[in-house]
Amino acid sequence: MKLVAVSAGLSVPSSTRLLADRLTDAVRDDLADRGHTVEVDVIELRALAVAVANNLVTGFPPPQLATVIESVTGADGLVAVTPVFTASYSGLFKSFFDLIDPEALTGKPVLIAATGGTARHSLVLEHALRPLFTYLRAVVVPTAVYAASEDWGSGGDAYTQGLPARIRRAGGELATLLAARAADPGPEDDITSFEKQLSDLRVD
Amino acid sequence: MQFGIFSVGDVTPDPTTGRTPTERERIKAMVAIALKAEEVALDVFATGEHHNPPFVPSSPTTMLGYIAARTEKLVLSTSTTLITTNDPVKIAEDFAMLQHLADGRVDVMLGRGNTGPVYPWFGQDIRQGINLTIENYALLHRLWREDVVNWEGKFRTPLQGFTSTPRPLDGVPPFVWHGSIRSPEVAEQAAFYGDGFFHNNIFWPADHTKRMVELYRTRYAHHGHGTPEQAIVGLGGQVFMRKNSQDAVREFRPYFDNAPVYGHGPSLEDFTDQTPLTVGSPQQVIEKTLSFREYAGNYQRQLFLMDHAGLPLKTVLEQIDMLGEEVVPVLREEFAKGRAAGVPDGPTHESLLAAASEPEKVTAT
Repeated sequence: MKLVAVSAGLSVPSSTRLLADRLTDAVRDDLADRGHTVEVDVIELRALAVAVANNLVTGFPPPQLATVIESVTGADGLVAVTPVFTASYSGLFKSFFDLIDPEALTGKPVLIAATGGTARHSLVLEHALRPLFTYLRAVVVPTAVYAASEDWGSGGDAYTQGLPARIRRAGGELATLLAARAADPGPEDDITSFEKQLSDLRVD
Repeated sequence: MQFGIFSVGDVTPDPTTGRTPTERERIKAMVAIALKAEEVALDVFATGEHHNPPFVPSSPTTMLGYIAARTEKLVLSTSTTLITTNDPVKIAEDFAMLQHLADGRVDVMLGRGNTGPVYPWFGQDIRQGINLTIENYALLHRLWREDVVNWEGKFRTPLQGFTSTPRPLDGVPPFVWHGSIRSPEVAEQAAFYGDGFFHNNIFWPADHTKRMVELYRTRYAHHGHGTPEQAIVGLGGQVFMRKNSQDAVREFRPYFDNAPVYGHGPSLEDFTDQTPLTVGSPQQVIEKTLSFREYAGNYQRQLFLMDHAGLPLKTVLEQIDMLGEEVVPVLREEFAKGRAAGVPDGPTHESLLAAASEPEKVTAT
């Protein structure tokens, strides 16, 4: 099965990318234990920033962006990670998902995650990312992972699990959804019969 | 195969001078463009329909009627007539009237319109866009074919014992093209009725156009109108030419960079790679246009957008001269060469009249 991670980190190296990698590793390991092999593709939106802006202007994706959008919409599961910018997901992250057909992620298992300088922004996952994917009718796993700078150098305490435990829990949740997802080829293109569309409109 | 010009009718400042034409200048410019199209032996002139600034053509049949009086051969069409927000009864009347005045040199391209507020301004709901398209055309189709229509639908006042006048010229309704960029439902509608399908591909990559045209062709055959190759397809194109391709690029770049639709976005080079836009020599325009056939099959109508991005009228007329003198004669010859037997020409009033007087063929619809 295919797992795609979208990372909206802008710096190189990026802690957002780091978190994306940790999460995909966790999903892969969990699925490996269940006997599934997973192909992982990590997409860095930074390289697509100009293409994303051009798509916003012209209405169609340049070739390299079209390939990435196809990869995201065709994945069995998605890990979406953004840095927190000005109290929400980054503009590039949102712009990328603005370009995806609103129906294309319906039913897709998604793990959401974010990075930031301080843990005070962690609810961004619940008030910004989760509603975004809920709108897209994706299935978002209950555990969303937030990594503040301090998380990269600390463990858990009496009240909170440390980052590795949260990553494992979230990865396990996504792995469970992926394992349960039947090898469903997805819905065929369906042209409603014109006779039916016409008759639906008739008053009679 | 038919070649022509289609105009959006936008009033756009010339970015090189900062000057914006007046509405009167722009309207007269559109007429001058149509007359030039006839002069250089193009087949079709089509005008857009808009109901908001910065666009002028809100009343296409008025403009086309005026052009009809000043031309002899040109087929007058639209790009597009809004089937969603216009009353289908008025469309039936207006275009039948135009048909009589223009001695049959009329067809019509129907489209949904993508300007949100136009729907409520005309008392409609954009969320019903597809349903309006389907119901309104079903009524229009009957109004042109049945002398007395009784009708009840969801979106307009019922009609009892209504006759749309004047009746279509010689009993032959104007040929209808269904224009769409993204809606498979519209390709299906065109296929269902055996009408034409125009894909306005000018801002879209080839693979998208290919998918839409293939869908229409497949469904055309499914509905029993002929083989997929016999379906009636039209495409757009937009070009800027100079004898020397570097001169074309240099002159057009400021227009491209500031164009209302794609300006301030991708580079001219990327956009010409990815879409039908061609900026270069007449030979490059010929090559690019001939390549459309590779993904759309043999098709019937090629319309060029020439008055784009705020180009001054003088330049546009020079462009149409080059199109008519250097490009289209070669395209006619080359397109005819690879054309499979049985692929029809673009329908005209004469061809439809001839077909109507043939013994009726049984078609499964």
